Amino acid sequence: MKNIKFTYTKIICLLAFIFTIAVSCERELSDEAVFATFPTTAEVFIDAPVGMGTNFYFPYNGSKATAWSVDNEVSYEGTASMRFDVPNANDPEGNYAGAIFRIDGEGSGRDLSGFDALTFWAKASQAVTIGEVGFGEDFGQNKHVATRTNIDLTTNWVKYIIPIPDPSKLIQERGMLRYSAGGIGQVGSEVGYTFWIDEVKFEKLGTIAQPQPEILSGQNVEQQSFNGSEIDLAASGLTQTFNVNGSNITVNTTPAYFSFSSSTPSIASVNEKGLVTVLNQGTTVITAVLAGVAAKGSLKITSSGDLPDSPTPTRQEANVKSIYSDTYTAETGSNFNPGFGGSTTQTTEATSNGNNVQIYANNNFTGIIFNNTVDASALTHLHVDIYTQQSDTSVEIQIRDIGGNGEIETNIFNGAPDGDDKDFRFTVSGLTQGVWTSFDIPLGGDIATQKNNLGALILAGGPNFILDNIYFYTE
Amino acid sequence: MMNKKHTYKMRTKTLFLMSFLMISFFVISSCETDETQTVATFTELIMADEFDTDGAPNSTIWGYDIGTGENGWGNNELQYYTDRTENVTVQNGVLIITAKQEEFEQSSYTSARLLTKGKFEQTYGRFEARIRLPYGQGIWPAFWLLGDDSNGTEVWPQIGEIDIMEYLGNEPSKIFGTVHGPGYSGGESISKPYVLENDRFDTGFHIFGIEWAPDYINYYVDNVLYNQITPDDVPGEWVFNRGPFYIILNVAVGGQLPGSPNAETVFPQTMLIDYVRVYSRSN
Repeated sequence: MKNIKFTYTKIICLLAFIFTIAVSCERELSDEAVFATFPTTAEVFIDAPVGMGTNFYFPYNGSKATAWSVDNEVSYEGTASMRFDVPNANDPEGNYAGAIFRIDGEGSGRDLSGFDALTFWAKASQAVTIGEVGFGEDFGQNKHVATRTNIDLTTNWVKYIIPIPDPSKLIQERGMLRYSAGGIGQVGSEVGYTFWIDEVKFEKLGTIAQPQPEILSGQNVEQQSFNGSEIDLAASGLTQTFNVNGSNITVNTTPAYFSFSSSTPSIASVNEKGLVTVLNQGTTVITAVLAGVAAKGSLKITSSGDLPDSPTPTRQEANVKSIYSDTYTAETGSNFNPGFGGSTTQTTEATSNGNNVQIYANNNFTGIIFNNTVDASALTHLHVDIYTQQSDTSVEIQIRDIGGNGEIETNIFNGAPDGDDKDFRFTVSGLTQGVWTSFDIPLGGDIATQKNNLGALILAGGPNFILDNIYFYTE
Repeated sequence: MMNKKHTYKMRTKTLFLMSFLMISFFVISSCETDETQTVATFTELIMADEFDTDGAPNSTIWGYDIGTGENGWGNNELQYYTDRTENVTVQNGVLIITAKQEEFEQSSYTSARLLTKGKFEQTYGRFEARIRLPYGQGIWPAFWLLGDDSNGTEVWPQIGEIDIMEYLGNEPSKIFGTVHGPGYSGGESISKPYVLENDRFDTGFHIFGIEWAPDYINYYVDNVLYNQITPDDVPGEWVFNRGPFYIILNVAVGGQLPGSPNAETVFPQTMLIDYVRVYSRSN
């Protein structure tokens, strides 16, 4: 009995030993597999949403929330497709269609690193160009958004490809699809239409190659700057372009696909969001890499050190209605980045010795749009302090009264005020480089008698200058 | 995965044995792959340039066409061919032919065209090269053979042309294998495309070859035999039993077939050739 039992124990020991080894092996494998904890499901919509959970459709603000539906009558393959009814401009529920499709559940997501593109078939009720289709938007960090813009749909089913800028980044992605589409026709009176998307899935096509990432539209930009100023590279556009079956497809991307670097980080640093902060006098070059490929385009920043202090205004606050100054309380908030179509301007706010200034770079035209109109009937002048590093700087300031209707109306052919708008134009030039120059511009010309609804300052030319202490006043 | 898991649980000795077995298996299966590659039955190596010496290509094998030929080599091609290092060089074990966009001798592009005329010519055989192709609209590389012109007494297409690989940069997953002869040249040539599924010719090296014997030419890419052309397939005289052919490697820019480069075409473009090998049928 005893002997037998002993042997039995030994066998148990041996078994335990083997088991331990086996278990450790398993554990090792599990450790290795940690990276692949998220499903690699490819399909987003086939005949119904795939693996999206219950609560996955999130419309954009201002869009028509009911624009999307599943259409069981129309499909490219199978029994159903996704139908998008783009509303008319006057639709009270929203004047465009747009939303994200996000996998339901905090901490969910898919591992898309084995794919190289999002693909789908699409057609529309008429030939139409839809604004944006992409993926990676989750209304959280929106870290890995990629979007193809201006996609031409026809009335026939066509397959569309949206390349993934760098698949290795997408190890836990919730944003499976995003889209935005407006109606057709004149601004303000667009007419809606319907488009259908089917067989939405991620694929490994193998025909997506020759990446050509770009920052700053592929240009080598040189910019004068000052300590404390910040430049947002993402604001000027980040793109990835692939050759797909012989022709190029470009997607707009977020900074997280890129890694940025500064040749001299002590002069200016750049963070993972593509935000450049100027730190010291000197020159540095900011470049970027996407998935091991150097991006076309660079930013050479020359900081001339601290910006000289702008003059401190001395007029009594009672006689002033201020737009932008650290000395006075602003009469109204303003938008310094109106994003006019065709504008090349980069406007950044910088702080120098605790004083805020607005830095304008590469300006062709931009504006300062007042959130509320300013009544200057009792005032006589506009004051502005301007600084430049460059010779022959010349900026036209157009003081715009937008009339009683509260709308900026501009003739699209000649840029002149239209409707009930009036303006007065004054060119600031003959500046001495490296010092601040003050201008006091009379509220004259067409606005001498109509200045109770001042709504904007339009700034044309320059191209590189800094503004401070912008205010209307009377002596 | 399955194998890996099993070996983990085995004792060391078994593991070694298994490894050995697996290696043997690998070796055996590679042999089998070669043997099933019926496209490559000619095994007596006659000529090989492995491009292992940096600098200019071996001048005992390769000469050059220089300039623009007549009407852009008969096709309104846009490039000026040179033998400059910028356009042709051997580096790191590969021959590099570079098409550049630059003003040069009244042309807007430069490139190179290498040929073995008068240096290496052969009748029949297996002609093979391992190549990574360039890409982009208007880019037109080729690996091809021309028949000897008997000191200029015979002209194309009577001399015969065998295009082992021809490719248009705007269709990066497709190549063509073609023959030209009297009555079937240019647009009437006898041609067949080969398309890579889920892959492209400009992202990795691929083997392009023919096996040419009396009355047939077999075309292959990697280990796929995709076409055979025989006298029955051509509407004119079979001019491929009449004498030696020489090898040409070139990258053309523009011309009638590909059309001109466009705004998306990136320059410079390079064709990388890992080797060129010629075999005869062994007896």
